[in-house]
Amino acid sequence: MTRRTRITLKVVVWAGCLAPLLLLGYRAWTDDLGANPISFVTNTLGDWTLRILLASLAMTPLRIVFGLSWPITLRRLLGLFAFAYVCLHFSVWIVLDFFFDWPRMWADIVKRPYITLGMLALLSLTPLAATSTTGMIRRLGARTWTRLHRLVYIAGACAVLHYLWLAKVGVTDPYWYAGALLVLLGIRAGDWSRRAIRRRTAAVAASATSARLIDRKRFSP
Amino acid sequence: MLIRRAPRFTAREITDPELYLSRRELMAGAAALALMPGAGEAAAPKSEPLAAKHNPAFSLSEPATKIDHATTYNNFYEFGVNKDDPSRLAHTLKPRPWSVQVDGHVHKPKTFDVDELIKLFPLEERVYSLRCVEAWSMVIPWIGFPLASLLKRVEPTRQAKFVEFTALLDPNQFPAQKPGFFGFSSLDWPYVEGLRLDEALHPLTLLAVGMYGQVLPNQNGAPVRVVIPWKYGFKSAKSIVRIRLVAEQPKTAWEKAAPQEYGFYSNVNPAVSHPRWSQADERRIGEFRRRPTLPFNGYADQVASLYSGMDLKKFY
Ligand code: HEM
Repeated sequence: MTRRTRITLKVVVWAGCLAPLLLLGYRAWTDDLGANPISFVTNTLGDWTLRILLASLAMTPLRIVFGLSWPITLRRLLGLFAFAYVCLHFSVWIVLDFFFDWPRMWADIVKRPYITLGMLALLSLTPLAATSTTGMIRRLGARTWTRLHRLVYIAGACAVLHYLWLAKVGVTDPYWYAGALLVLLGIRAGDWSRRAIRRRTAAVAASATSARLIDRKRFSP
Repeated sequence: MLIRRAPRFTAREITDPELYLSRRELMAGAAALALMPGAGEAAAPKSEPLAAKHNPAFSLSEPATKIDHATTYNNFYEFGVNKDDPSRLAHTLKPRPWSVQVDGHVHKPKTFDVDELIKLFPLEERVYSLRCVEAWSMVIPWIGFPLASLLKRVEPTRQAKFVEFTALLDPNQFPAQKPGFFGFSSLDWPYVEGLRLDEALHPLTLLAVGMYGQVLPNQNGAPVRVVIPWKYGFKSAKSIVRIRLVAEQPKTAWEKAAPQEYGFYSNVNPAVSHPRWSQADERRIGEFRRRPTLPFNGYADQVASLYSGMDLKKFY
């Protein structure tokens, strides 16, 4: 991939991820947030957190299925945007929705499963954002870093459950998001098991070869 | 039983009609402003004016919610589950001609044309608070008449214990009644709601045909809906085609869909949370901070006695 394509891709992601925020800002500026602006802003930010989070989770499957390498270069950027959106979503909840009413918010976190799940998703994403730099990858070591970043699956699952749990009867969107997450995780699971099988057959073949070598040694005169 | 006694409003004071009228003029100005280009996509409905005498004894002193909010932020599942679906799709509903069948355990069952209803009973305007089960609320100046007047006219028999409201079933007028993907439907149509007979006869229970000095807009339940201000909004059935007096407690649409979340009574109660969120407070549309939710939505003085001795946690 040329430097130019890489830059173009990044620009597209930046534009795509910033557009919903700019649109929201514009609607706020023109007093066009509807009858219940706080709810509208919360929901819009929640929707985009989930969409961008799922987009970041779609990059590896794109490589697995289509053998593309460029999606991987966008994964970190998408993940950081998802984190930025959830921070805004969470801030709106604290500032606009409950206006720093900490006891009331704490009661919701422990009592309302959909809030608990949202918090878990946010908490799982936080260390990932904090260790997203190349320096941190080096400091942690690739192995530890990769393991740590498996938290994103927990975040994805909690985020989808958060939406499933809060949606009222008759709202179908969360099921589509849940379906998308299952497909994305399914592709990874399929890839893992395929690789695990390949590794095992390779190991069996390797041990068979070494056994033959030993045999040959033993029976050599 | 039907003696009408002016309720005592302690938590909320009685409106001075003069004040309210001047406020209405202000509101009309605000609505006109909101209609100017760039000030939001939602236009106030082009509706006909409907004359009614303001009834201060049954009115809150709080300013009414902006009409363009009350007509664009609606839960009306027959049009869709989103708040803007009803106002977007409202034109599909044809509220005239319309008849309402009143039957069941009554001595004089009768099918009324909606315009006949409007002529039969003197219309009055009452400003009620409307508390949605989703923890938001509005203040709406309704126009209508007490449901009790209609019920009295058809003479309920001794067997009548409950009143069942049925809304229109017509997928051509209510797009969301057509099954969606995989035959999916949000509710089991038609929309059915119900009240105990004493609740239905309570002087606060209104049969509304208008609001904000106008004929009821389609998205707010045209041409005729019930308004029960001490219960969560979904109890107030819209676009009613049948009112049936029955002996057994009706099975309501929301009870069928999610019985653990939406009970038959559904009285506004800050002490009983919805299984998924708290009902302790609410956001009044147009206000920034949440405000505490009042028992029976502030109408406890008038209606709490209907439930004396009942465990309201059990009968939610
Ligand atoms: C990665 C984390 C999260 C994701 C992906 C997410 C996503 C969403 C989505 C998709 C919605 C519904 C939008 C709609 O109905 O259109 C939503 C609503 C909401 N979320 Fe989150 N969320 C997350 C974290 C949180 C956190 C940490 C909190 C607060 C502690 C929170 C509080 C809320 C609230 C209060 C609503 C509105 C519920 C309602 O309408 O009653 N979320 N979120």
